[in-house]
Formats: sequence, structure tokens, C-alpha cells
Amino acid sequence: MSFDYSTSIAGSVFSNPIFTASGCAASGRELAQFFSLKELGAIVTKSIMLKARSGRDTPRMAETPSGMLNSIGLQGPGIDKFIEEDLSWLISSGAKVVVSIAGESVDEYGALARRLRGIKGISAIEVNISCPNVENRGQVFACHPASARAVIESVRINLGGEYPIIAKLSPDVTDITLIAEEVINAGADGLALINTLLGMVINPKTLKPHLGGKTGGLSGPAIRPVAVRTIFQVHAKFPKIPILGMGGVSSGSDALELIAAGASAVSIGTASFGDPYATIKIGKELQELLISHNFPSLADAVGIAHER
Amino acid sequence: MISINQRAVTSEGKILSNRKIGAYHHIIIEIEGIAEGAKPGNFIAISVGGVESNMPLRRIFAIYRSKAQSKYGSIVEIIVAESGKGSAWLTRQIEGSTLYITGPLGTSFPIPADPINVAIIGGGYGAAPLFDLAETLKNKGCRVDALIGAATSAKIFAPLEGKRTVNSITITTEDGSAGKKGRITDVLEDLLKENQIELIYSCGPMGMLKAVHEIAERLSIAHQISVEESMACGIGICMTCVLPIRGDDGIVRMLRSCIDGPVIDGEKLIWSEGIPPETLGRHL
Repeated sequence: MSFDYSTSIAGSVFSNPIFTASGCAASGRELAQFFSLKELGAIVTKSIMLKARSGRDTPRMAETPSGMLNSIGLQGPGIDKFIEEDLSWLISSGAKVVVSIAGESVDEYGALARRLRGIKGISAIEVNISCPNVENRGQVFACHPASARAVIESVRINLGGEYPIIAKLSPDVTDITLIAEEVINAGADGLALINTLLGMVINPKTLKPHLGGKTGGLSGPAIRPVAVRTIFQVHAKFPKIPILGMGGVSSGSDALELIAAGASAVSIGTASFGDPYATIKIGKELQELLISHNFPSLADAVGIAHER
Repeated sequence: MISINQRAVTSEGKILSNRKIGAYHHIIIEIEGIAEGAKPGNFIAISVGGVESNMPLRRIFAIYRSKAQSKYGSIVEIIVAESGKGSAWLTRQIEGSTLYITGPLGTSFPIPADPINVAIIGGGYGAAPLFDLAETLKNKGCRVDALIGAATSAKIFAPLEGKRTVNSITITTEDGSAGKKGRITDVLEDLLKENQIELIYSCGPMGMLKAVHEIAERLSIAHQISVEESMACGIGICMTCVLPIRGDDGIVRMLRSCIDGPVIDGEKLIWSEGIPPETLGRHL
């Protein structure tokens, strides 16, 4: 019997569980220089906002031990230009597409969802309610149960059930399962775990914060244990809710940890900065590992750590 | 928006030689597929730290020289200044070491159609990509005058072969240990006027590029710059290396210096600090 590597998130089926992470693949075009995007489970696009946005001041990046801080601030062309130029190209490339959206208000999330209705070729919507790089930390909807719920309700109503909704949550909360419960009750079909952790680097020469935006999101292998723990906790409480796992995955073995904790698919972010082929390599390694563990399918390995 | 360099490949290379030149290291790498498509001004992105590295991001180096069919095969040469842990690791790599490299990346220096008088201006190791450019320009029949500056003589990068390529070379050091004591900008204006320069190419730290641009603008001389913004990926997916650039449509956007640069028309860059108020999508 051949190994079944496919995965599904709330009815959307993907040929394999390796996705890009939003904000780490732009809109796919650049990585297409190196491999066919059809080889990936899906491209998760950089979170798009309603209007064009220039993002935060530079410097926007600091490498840290086994990680990096980024402070991009949701730079992007705005939803209309994104649909017209980036999304249409991506869909025509044959890639599976998860569109990530970010708003400044509950209404803005709703408006973004409305703009995406009726577009053929979208597999799911990732609702980024946890970007740490916004001017007002109060805007991190995923830090407050009520606002997290309100955003997902607004997206659900405005999408009219056209695509599965994946809510992207922040690990920077006391109990992430409480936030997860709110967004699931509000209609999220899946969860993306985890967004970056808020961090800061101070330049030892100038004694000023290094990043233009002062704080940034920490990603890379340094945060992987946080991702594994978070996915494990949420999957234990909501075993039927599919999880798109992410956080410092840079090998097949790393990806397998997230799968065993309860992720149905794994997004690759920072690793692609270090190697354009990271997603492809990790996908191959993960498949070999699953087969060597004698799993007949990827689905059989999801959440396996809870049974052992 | 322009796209990623369509000639970019990712491949494994081998260090043929690693020699100290003053404050820098000159590293020659044998690698297939990069020299074949490289043009002066392009850069490469190198993984650092080996397999168990705790440095996840690529390091970016301007191509000093490249040759697709040398007697050692296809080679790419870079000049490395030790500035952090990643570049320090690279300078320690010995002959025969393996490197993972993506390139050629970014824009290249535009070459004028006519044989005109040009100046190449390099600050520190920023001079590295300018000598290959000079050779291309000389082959076009251009007169090329070089101006190379640094804090001290050990940081002047002016190889003998490079010196032979140009019509004249002027060196400045801030401590007076080589050439004229002072900065590039102390001698630039006279050099531009004496040689009736019509086009300037410069590469170096942003402060130097800005000082050169002020003079170029005042004298109405076209100015192509190559920037050294810090990058995490070099392939356009991280959005960290952005600069405010005015497009042909007149709109200022934060563009990636790895895709729309590193070579940028000096007139199109907005030189003020921070994100200019007129930038598309500027958030208050």
C-alpha cells in the first residue's frame, strides 16, 4: 500500500502538509524561481490589509541565536492590488492558495472577507489576528478573547461559508486554549499556531533598541518548543479542530514534532530565508520519517504524541 | 515591481582560496551556475555556520569578480569584511570548504550606450564590485576614473588588476595612511570637473552614498548607487531590506533592495531618514 501524504483542513484537501508561512514567501512569485509552487501543500500569502501600507521603519531585522526578530509592520499593496496582481498570478500558477488577511478593526476584517468572496482557487482564509508588529499592541486581537471572537464572527458572516477559516493565534497569552475556544465558538474551522513572539534587541554600542519599530516578532528554531507546547495543549483540548502548525521548523524531524503534537499541516517561515529550497527539503524529509515510523498516512501521525 | 533575478540558482560551491588582503578576506569559490548569469553589481547570498548553525539567515556579498570558464571551472569571487559572527565564520573557512550559495541576485549596473566619461567611487570594501564594472565600461570605450576611500589604508580595496583597468585612481584615507588625507567628498568635485564626468557609479555605506549624491545632484551628473542594506533572505521574501524609491509613475514605495536593488538610480531614492511622508501606504 502506498503512503498517503495528503492532508485536509476543514474540507480543503492538500497534496502534502508543507505550506509556506505567511509573511515568509511574499506572494509566491520569488520562490517560483527555484521550484514549482505546485510541489507545496499550499502557499500562505503575506497578510494583506484593506489599504496599501508602507510598514515600519528600518532596520526591520535582527538575527538572534537560532532565530530572528522581524518588524515589517504588514507592508503590502492593499487588497485590491493584491487580488489583481498577486493572487491572480498565484492561482494561475496552479498553486494551492491560503490567503492571509489582517485588519485594524473588526469591520476591516469583514470588508477583507467580502472582497475575497467568489474568487475561484482559494483553499482557505487565514485570519491573522496576532501580528505583533502593529503600532498599538491593543490591536493584537488574539490577546483578548472578546476581540478575537468578534473578528472571527465578522469574517464568518462576510465570507458566507465560501472558504474554511483558519484563525492565527499568538503564543503571547496566559492560556491560549481560552482564545482558541473563543474563535472556535465564533466559527473558526482551523487554527494556525503560532505567530511570532514579541521580542526586543538592544544595540550594545548605541544602547538603543536595534529595530526601527523597537519591538519585533521572534521566529526561527529558538521558538520551536513554544510551538510544540502550544499545539499540544490546543490539540488536547480540541482534538477535532485541524491545526496548521508553525514555529522554527527547519527539518523533517522538526516538522514531525509539530505533527505528533497535533498539527495537520506545517508552515515553513524563517527556514526559507536561509534556504529557498527549505520547504521542498523539509517535505521530503518528513515523508521519509513518517514512512520509517510505519505510518500508513500522514493523518495517522497527527497528534500521535497524545497516545504515547 | 520588477521580479527576482531570473538567472538566480541555489547551489553548492567549494572554496578554492581564502586570502587576507589588508582588513579583508578575498575568497574565491568554485560553483556552477552563478558566474554564467552574473553581471557587475549582482550579489550572492551565502549560508553561514555549517549544518548545526545557530545563524539562520543568509549573508549577502557583492560579487567582486566572476568567470564562467576559468581554468578552475566556474568561479565567483567576493571580498569579506569581518563585521559579525557570520562573516567571521566565513573568513575562517579554509580551502576545500563547502558553501551553500544563491545567486546571482539583484539588479546590475546599467551600462551606457555611448563611450562616455565615468567615475567609480568605492567606500571600503564597497569598491569590490566596481572593478569588474570598470572593465565592462573600458570595453565599451568609456574613460573610467576611480576614487576609493576608507578610514585607513588596510581598509582600502584597490587590487593591482583593478588599478590597471582604470584611467586614474585616487585614494583617500581619513587617517592619511594612504593617498590623500581626508574623505572621498574632499576631492570628488575636482575629480568630476577635471575629467568631465557624465556618470557616477558608487558603492559603500549609506552616509558616503548620500554625500556623493549631494555633489552629483548639484553638478547634474547621473548617479547609480549600490546599497548595502541588511537583508535576511536576499530573494525578496522577507521584506526587511526596503528603501523608499520613487517609481516611474511618480509614486514613492518601500521597495526591496534585494529585488529593485542593490543598484538603484540615485535620483529615484528618497534620501531623507525614515519613511518619507509621501510614501504609498505610510501609516501614521
